[in-house]
Amino acid sequence: MDYNVKLDIFEGPLDLLIHLIRKNEMDIYDIPIAVITEQYLEYLELMKELNINIAGNFLVMAATLIHIKSRMLLPRPPEDEEEEDPRMELTRPLLEYLQLKEAAEQLKLRPLLFRDVFTRDFLAKEMEEKEPGVIRVGLFELMDAVRKILLERKEEPFVALPSPLVPIENKMEEILLKLKQMGRILLDELLPAQVSRSALILAFLALLELAKQQKIVIYQEIQGGNILIYDFLPPATIT
Amino acid sequence: MNEIKPLLEALIFVSPTPLGLKKIMEVVEDSFPKKEIEAALALLIKEYENPERGLYLQEVADGFQFRTKPRFSEWIKRLKKVTPARLSRAALETLAIVAYKQPVTRGEMEHLRGVEVDGIVRTLLEKNLIRIVGRKEIPGRPILYGTTQHFLELFELKNLSALPSLEEIKALNADLSENEADSTIQADE
Repeated sequence: MDYNVKLDIFEGPLDLLIHLIRKNEMDIYDIPIAVITEQYLEYLELMKELNINIAGNFLVMAATLIHIKSRMLLPRPPEDEEEEDPRMELTRPLLEYLQLKEAAEQLKLRPLLFRDVFTRDFLAKEMEEKEPGVIRVGLFELMDAVRKILLERKEEPFVALPSPLVPIENKMEEILLKLKQMGRILLDELLPAQVSRSALILAFLALLELAKQQKIVIYQEIQGGNILIYDFLPPATIT
Repeated sequence: MNEIKPLLEALIFVSPTPLGLKKIMEVVEDSFPKKEIEAALALLIKEYENPERGLYLQEVADGFQFRTKPRFSEWIKRLKKVTPARLSRAALETLAIVAYKQPVTRGEMEHLRGVEVDGIVRTLLEKNLIRIVGRKEIPGRPILYGTTQHFLELFELKNLSALPSLEEIKALNADLSENEADSTIQADE
């Protein structure tokens, strides 16, 4: 047989399946599972021969296909009429995927800003009415800022009483709550407001933990400028 | 003579982002009743529909914004010499997933597309089309993603409910284009 191999690069197993279904003009609700499994495996073979690195998800799909095929071969107990066609395991994600592909196509058809339609240009400076251009803050800038606050802090004479240990989670919650109310917090407001040095350090650690968990983001207006804490992303980000 | 309509035109003209009704109310305070403002906005939109106008007034991202009519896009590109930033098909599909299924985790996106979306998610974040909206309260607390205001502006959507529903989108209409080429969408860099 004469094979004319045209190898499209399929991003994933679903793309490959859709290609095979279209090529064979199959009914997605009645996929001939043996045929498609065979062709799918042939394709994987081809990819192997061509030294294309086959992603694991292609193999998972191969296993799924073979599994469905074997289930189709088993006689179904008559009382189990209700049981779903095993091929639905394939049809359902395919339909959902096709739907999303179409949704993406629809998005593309919209009047796109900077392609079809344009707005006035505003200088970046104007863009952020209240929020100046901000840059992400590195750990070292953050530590510098904290060091500065610690140095400036005048320790009030106080009687050391065993202070109750505040778990860091409480402090994290407190910061998140404050953020929710204020939208953003200045580092220079948050830290000096702490009653003691240990509370200050706790607040700092809470900030780091929140940043690590991606619950907050920490930005700086300009290099060396004020350090701002937001929940999630500020309106305009210059990176 | 009522000044509200030309005033709105002026306000929208100078506003760098789509100007929302709430913001308009803040500006005009009690000078004009809300009803009058809404009526004037509707009238203004209608007036700009006139083909004699190069702009149209569009409600986008819960605000009003003047945009150039699509038929002038080629001329404008000559003026602005924009370099196209591309959104690949994969990126656009992933963006569609976020738009329709938000808030959504990366795992859920990967499940729907059958492939990893790690790099794409990062690109979409960088292009400010999606953002982190929280964490899902399941083991591992994965990050949840949603679309941004910029997404609405880029695709000229009034809000998220302006998206055609998935039911409306006939997934299997006769011929889903085989065109797998990258779409060229210019995202604002």
